[in-house]
Amino acid sequence: MTGSALSPRLLRSLLPALSLAALLIAIFWLQPRAMSYVGFNLMLNLAIPIALATIAQMCVITVNDLDLSIGTYVGFVACVGATLLSGGVGALPLVKDLQASGTLPTDLPWLLTTPLAGILVLALGIVVYALLGALIYWRDLPSIVVTLGMSFVWLGLSVVILPVPGGAAPGWIRSLMTLKPPFIPFPIIAAAVIAIFAHILIMRTSYGAVLRGAGGNPRAIERAGWSLLKVKVAMFALAGFFGMLAGLSLVGLTTSGDANIALRYTLLSIAGVILGGGEFVGGRISPVGAVIGAATLTLAGSFLSFLRIPPDWQIGAQGAILIIVLALRALIDHAEKRR
Amino acid sequence: MSRAEVPIISLDGVVKSFGAVRALQGVDLACRKGECIGLVGHNGAGKSTLMNLLAGVFSAEGRIALDGVDTADRYSVAVAQAHGIRCVFQELSLCPNLTVAENARIMHASLKGIGWRKRAGALIIAQLDLVFPGHGISAGDVVGDLPIARRQMVEIARAFTVTAAAARLVILDEPTSSLDAHQAGQLLAFVRRFVAEGGCVVLISHLLGEILSTADRVVVMKDGRVVAERPAAEFTRASLVAAMGTVAREEAGRGEATVRRSGSPRVRVAAERRAGGIEFTAHQGEIVGLAGLGGQGQSEMLVRIFDAARRADRDIDVSGGVALVAGDRQTDGVFPLWSIAENITIASLARLRRGFLIDRAKTSAMAETWKARIAIRTPDVDNPILSLSGGNQQKALFARALGSTAETVLMDDPMRGVDIGTKQEVYDMIRSEAAGGRTFLWYTTEMDELRHCDHVYVFRDQHIVADLSRGELTEEKILHASFAEVA
Amino acid sequence: MSDAASPPSPLRRLMARPWLWAYVAAFAVFIVTILFTGGRSGGEVATAAFTFATFSVIVGIGQMFVVTLGPGNVDLSIPATITLAGAVATKIMDTQDGMILVGLLVALACGAAVGIFNYGLIILLRIPPIIATLSSSFLVQSTAIAYGRGIRIKPPPALADFTTSQVFGMPVLAICVILLAAVMEVVLRRTLYGRWVTAIGQNIRAARLAGVPVGRTRFAAYMMSAVFAGLCGYLLSGFSGGSSLSMGEEYLLTSIALVVIGGSSVAGGNSNVPGLWGAALFLFLVVTMLNTYGFGAGLRYLATGAIIIAVIVAASRRRTAR
Repeated sequence: MTGSALSPRLLRSLLPALSLAALLIAIFWLQPRAMSYVGFNLMLNLAIPIALATIAQMCVITVNDLDLSIGTYVGFVACVGATLLSGGVGALPLVKDLQASGTLPTDLPWLLTTPLAGILVLALGIVVYALLGALIYWRDLPSIVVTLGMSFVWLGLSVVILPVPGGAAPGWIRSLMTLKPPFIPFPIIAAAVIAIFAHILIMRTSYGAVLRGAGGNPRAIERAGWSLLKVKVAMFALAGFFGMLAGLSLVGLTTSGDANIALRYTLLSIAGVILGGGEFVGGRISPVGAVIGAATLTLAGSFLSFLRIPPDWQIGAQGAILIIVLALRALIDHAEKRR
Repeated sequence: MSRAEVPIISLDGVVKSFGAVRALQGVDLACRKGECIGLVGHNGAGKSTLMNLLAGVFSAEGRIALDGVDTADRYSVAVAQAHGIRCVFQELSLCPNLTVAENARIMHASLKGIGWRKRAGALIIAQLDLVFPGHGISAGDVVGDLPIARRQMVEIARAFTVTAAAARLVILDEPTSSLDAHQAGQLLAFVRRFVAEGGCVVLISHLLGEILSTADRVVVMKDGRVVAERPAAEFTRASLVAAMGTVAREEAGRGEATVRRSGSPRVRVAAERRAGGIEFTAHQGEIVGLAGLGGQGQSEMLVRIFDAARRADRDIDVSGGVALVAGDRQTDGVFPLWSIAENITIASLARLRRGFLIDRAKTSAMAETWKARIAIRTPDVDNPILSLSGGNQQKALFARALGSTAETVLMDDPMRGVDIGTKQEVYDMIRSEAAGGRTFLWYTTEMDELRHCDHVYVFRDQHIVADLSRGELTEEKILHASFAEVA
Repeated sequence: MSDAASPPSPLRRLMARPWLWAYVAAFAVFIVTILFTGGRSGGEVATAAFTFATFSVIVGIGQMFVVTLGPGNVDLSIPATITLAGAVATKIMDTQDGMILVGLLVALACGAAVGIFNYGLIILLRIPPIIATLSSSFLVQSTAIAYGRGIRIKPPPALADFTTSQVFGMPVLAICVILLAAVMEVVLRRTLYGRWVTAIGQNIRAARLAGVPVGRTRFAAYMMSAVFAGLCGYLLSGFSGGSSLSMGEEYLLTSIALVVIGGSSVAGGNSNVPGLWGAALFLFLVVTMLNTYGFGAGLRYLATGAIIIAVIVAASRRRTAR
């Protein structure tokens, strides 16, 4: 009895991997040369930052909230990465202008050129995320509106740091993102590391169970003596942490920063979580699925180009994949209910 | 079992009020090692309140002593857990998105560090093996995917597991409601073993056979008081039912026997296709009662009838309009941001228009009329609905239904938490409306209200189990039908 | 609740209007702005504010009706719909004045199609509205990009003239949208439909049990939001000399911000239309003020974000008594 009852559930949990596999097969069928070291590198490079942003969004969705600011936050981190983190305060365009006009000396003291400033600002970003979690819990605020406001704030800060696209990513991030390990392309290794790390953190640790439980039945968690405030703070801080990694990896790939570089990540990350088998409410999420979902969304672009469909349809394909997967899921649920 | 022993927890003259309603009016209770206390009573007798109090969820006035030390002011869930007092609530408190092992971890903070999943899993499975041999649950199963019976088994086993603090007193609220007879037997046998080893169990159940076979002592509650407390051996099923009811006031067949009206019924629900299925009918001008314990499918039936009036339903025929009076005001009835007038008129707006627009003169006239007719105590019907007391909010909901053109009014236990004066006013109104040709379907758990009905259907486990006319109606018959004998 | 017994004075009733503060704030920002210029360009600032506020109010009305439906209801497909309607309408009109009406109908039809699609997803896939409108926005955006590619087509001259014309310094379009807002306020307050929307937003189960046609009402709200987005796209392409692929972008955040700042409850069930205008003017004037004082784009964004968060936190204080 157990075996047959489980099969729709099994099908459901396999759906993300199956959709990725279907997409990959379609791509290889259209363009066999894509099945190579270089091919994977090209197709999946951008999947790394998207996967990290998706994990960040997943943390927030776990506790039944939504982060509409993740895209601009990733952009903010990229701007910080291209300036403060590579050359300290001295790398800011504003400071450079002042130097050019002679207001500031060309030789800046150590304190103004150390990348520590960048580390400090990025740490502050995570603290801001943690505080948002606390604010949303204390005042019982709708996360959609609060993070909507935050998206303006991050965008504004990015523009202040980097008014026009530019800057330079720190060398170590660039070399990390362009690693050429033997046999297995770097994006695949990175995706596996992200998935395993997030899986252990959220799915395997003992506090991770409490974090997810708070999405499933907050009253039960509270009744068992856990602090829901701490849970919210922890999940938002984690979102800030993964969002930071997303921004840094993105700037490592693009080598320069831009405030508008990741605006689409907000919607992509939500789509990635859902594609990966996550539920919108109830704490049912899957870090491995989320990474697979992000990869699927990234590959959709390559698939279209191999089909010789103009890139205009890239977003449309992402939307279509999302709808098809949701429709399949609805069908499976329907089948399950009829049993 | 030595009676002189200091109880694990003892209540002394405990009083608990919710607003004007006194849920507990001076309860004494002592739970000692090595005994199983059966707690019975009709709906609203105060069992749930008492249990929440024991678990530390509610605070109350009076003396609460833990191991002989008075702790009334400082008693909380944390204190209860530290003393090994555990609770299995009727609504499940598992996280559906977590596995069985993870749910065990939620309850036991000490399950952490490397290998916690294994330990948590082993612990809960060992306990399940102990209580429900052959349970068929594995530690990695996601709780939301388990059938309800297994979920209940996990919840029960979780309460008995031993980690940092041993379980000394476990309160079980209707623990067998989703279990089959075999599983229920396993649980009750385990309860006896647990008690024999020095534990204490408070067992709340509406299955009197269970109580009589398992409990050492039976506590009967009624209207927030303990009305009887004797060793289980001194009770029989009949004497237990009698203790719960009001035998003194029992006058069999007080109401004159009414003949069921003929002609086509306003509401007809086809009998279930199973042995002994009973057809449900209600005619013009009838008041039909839906009786039984709380939550036996009466509300669901009313909602199905409500929906059938709008969208065709294979099993239900409804002629004419239908309006519903919610019992759970906060979730089913009141629009909290609106005024009293807006709350009353929402179901009648279609005929309170002039052209396309809602006519303010007509709506306030209707609200004023009903304010006077049903005596809603407010200076102004434009005041917010939440400025009213609970009873007056309920009157506004009655006004909404009675003021509509609906021929049939469904009442979903509408008198919960309503004071006696309001009740009398509403009863009179229902009778006069019925005399005017309206049909009422009235779900209530109170015997006094069933006496207003022309006809009563008793519900148990989502089925109609008895069909009583006014002439046959006695409290004993309803209690007997409501409390099933265990098979 | 003790003061509920005495009827509040007219002044206190006015003060209790949640939309009042948006206007007070807008007026204050206006004064601060023209203080800088010594009052010289006051008229121009006001005209510009009304011009740009107009477009956000149009989509704000639709978004507001959706948000009123209660928690989880929000239309994320507004920007894509604006872009699609603008692109399709300009292409069909092909700069010919005779096609203006046809273009309008086509733009509205685009909106209606998106609305039907959105609600279809919500119902058929049983997914939260956010996800439904999100995924449909991907498709719509792509369609708009693919359709509107190539050279930028100018709008018919008469449409461009109409959308930019003024009467005594007041944009004609703004007057029309003020009238539209007035009509929608009446729809919200005085019609069956408005009551239904508000009832659903407060308590969807109670609304169903009070006989409110929940499905039809929700469908109409999502339709309305999409149709207004179509209208906005049509007018915007006339105003800004043709459609562009990014013309809808800012309206997602703006439409939600208007609802919040305008004093409607994000939790649903309690909305007002006048606040949308106050909030739209306020948001535009803040940007103008910061511009006038020489602040850059970054600080303007920062200020907008801080305002939204401050307003939502302040509004939550009011509702702690719940």
